Amino acid sequence: MSDYLTEGGSAASPVGLVETQYAEFEVLPLDSGLQLAPLEIAYETYGSLNADRSNAILLLHALSGDAHAAGYHEGDDRPGWWDIMVGPGKAFDTDRYFLICSNVIGGCRGTTGPASLDPKTGQHYGMRFPVVTVPDMVRAQKMLVDRLGIPRLLAVAGGSMGGMQALEWVTAYPEMVDSCISIATTHRHSPQQIAFNEVGRQAILRDPNWCGGDYYDRTAPDAGLAIARMIGHITYLSDGSMHEKFGRRLRDKEVYGFDFTMDFEVESYLKHQGEVFTQRFDANTYLYITKALDYFDLANGHGTLVEAFRELPAETRFLVIAFSSDWLYPPYQSKEIVRAIKGNGLDCTYLEIRSDFGHDAFLLEAQQQTHLITHFLEVTAHRRGVGG
Amino acid sequence: MRRPGRELRELLANPEQGRPAEGLPSRIARDPAGVRYDHHFIVDTIEEGSRVLDLGCGRGVLLKLLVDRKNVRGTGVEIAEEKVYEAVGKGLSVYHGDIDEGLSYYPDGMFDYVILSQTLQEARATALVMCEALRVAKHLVVSFPNFGHWRARSQLLLRGRAPVTPALPYQWYETPNIHSLTIADFRLFIAGLGMKAERSFYIGRRGPVGFWPNLMAEHGVYVLTGDSVK
Repeated sequence: MSDYLTEGGSAASPVGLVETQYAEFEVLPLDSGLQLAPLEIAYETYGSLNADRSNAILLLHALSGDAHAAGYHEGDDRPGWWDIMVGPGKAFDTDRYFLICSNVIGGCRGTTGPASLDPKTGQHYGMRFPVVTVPDMVRAQKMLVDRLGIPRLLAVAGGSMGGMQALEWVTAYPEMVDSCISIATTHRHSPQQIAFNEVGRQAILRDPNWCGGDYYDRTAPDAGLAIARMIGHITYLSDGSMHEKFGRRLRDKEVYGFDFTMDFEVESYLKHQGEVFTQRFDANTYLYITKALDYFDLANGHGTLVEAFRELPAETRFLVIAFSSDWLYPPYQSKEIVRAIKGNGLDCTYLEIRSDFGHDAFLLEAQQQTHLITHFLEVTAHRRGVGG
Repeated sequence: MRRPGRELRELLANPEQGRPAEGLPSRIARDPAGVRYDHHFIVDTIEEGSRVLDLGCGRGVLLKLLVDRKNVRGTGVEIAEEKVYEAVGKGLSVYHGDIDEGLSYYPDGMFDYVILSQTLQEARATALVMCEALRVAKHLVVSFPNFGHWRARSQLLLRGRAPVTPALPYQWYETPNIHSLTIADFRLFIAGLGMKAERSFYIGRRGPVGFWPNLMAEHGVYVLTGDSVK
């Protein structure tokens, strides 16, 4: 890459060992009219909050992410999901900013979700867990940010579902957010995106082990969840990256097997991805979160997408990033968001980064994202009067 | 039989063809402080604190000047990804896209100035872009290389060749300029669109040009308003 891009990623020193923390709340009202009570939120923080509490940034995770955005957990050999972007000298510089990341409600990585025990019955919630939405997730995060005593966020930032939450944050709590970084995302799912999610859900629902969602004391619907993950994973890659990664290479054989065991490298890869996923993710959470994604429409409650940004303070800043080979959340969807923002006269930078990594690019393309985010946050912090 | 590929290679290898270095932009004379004369004029023209949209902002040199010297609230549009990174590195906000995508998402009068600096000759929907610019802004600043400059004329007249000059540094087969216009063409064009020139400024090889601009100027800069048609 060219030399004008900011150095970032691997060269910087790591966040180090981190621990997940937990915050408990009495009740969370939900969009469905129901409520979640009580509620526990798993979260992590990196860096330190400054004296006037003005350097906090909320990171928002995607479908299969969690509160563990950066650093290592004791005994782990892999860092958090956005470690390439979070740390000393990185895009989200822990020497300058205080980063918060929490697991979404309905999740299965520490925050209350369908696998949690319902205090009323002492049983796992399963399908008795209320349906949650992206605005519900954001309402829960707002409670956490309030609990941490942070009056304003310098930025809300995330990719994919995290990008939706970032947009929801800035439109739901405009007085609390200085800037919004929304990456590889959309303001609402297209029928194609809903369709892919529905195939994933059907794979789980039709697994005989699913048992109406009450599988916590017996065999889990791992086959269904693995298929859902395989479908999802295909949509995260691109035609180009699959050519590059697998081509038509055969797996452990020289010629076709003329049977239905594994022939191609790509088949083996997907099988592996599906199996690994079942070890860390709950099938019911997959149902709930994909439903929340499909329900999300930023225009809801505002009339139109343009009107969703109407009440924002004139100083609110946006950075919107898309990737050229992302066919799950194609750049045109990001452009629709950008046009709605700019139509309100708000400050917005948009970039379509040339990349072969498909949707996954937001987790992989460190250098360009680091350059854009570093400068974007610097201007935001400068305008807000946040010291270095 | 002669092979066309070989001919082209010979053509490219021949320094007499006047082919410029890769990516060399159109040369524009600079003032003693090193600021391009067109930028100098535009910075002088635009009032303190204006809202500015720079279509084809490139690396953001002009927009940064305007932010620093005139405290404008500025935003740019640029199609080249690498240039957007540089502009963002200057602290600017930029939309990575094609100006031919249009400005329909902006309400009327959102800006004080729209700038088309060395961009117009590369836009496809020229009239549409200019009319849209004067819908979303009170003033439109346009600068462009003048194909009527005597150097260009003489190459066409004396050598019978498509002009390659410091202001028009491209061979016909590699030029990004899809429109070749002269200052006289531009005046006719804006009159036809019902636009009025509020100010104009001409730049020759060494600096500002005061007379016979269509013959003596390598570049023209116009400040337009659409008041007469509104």
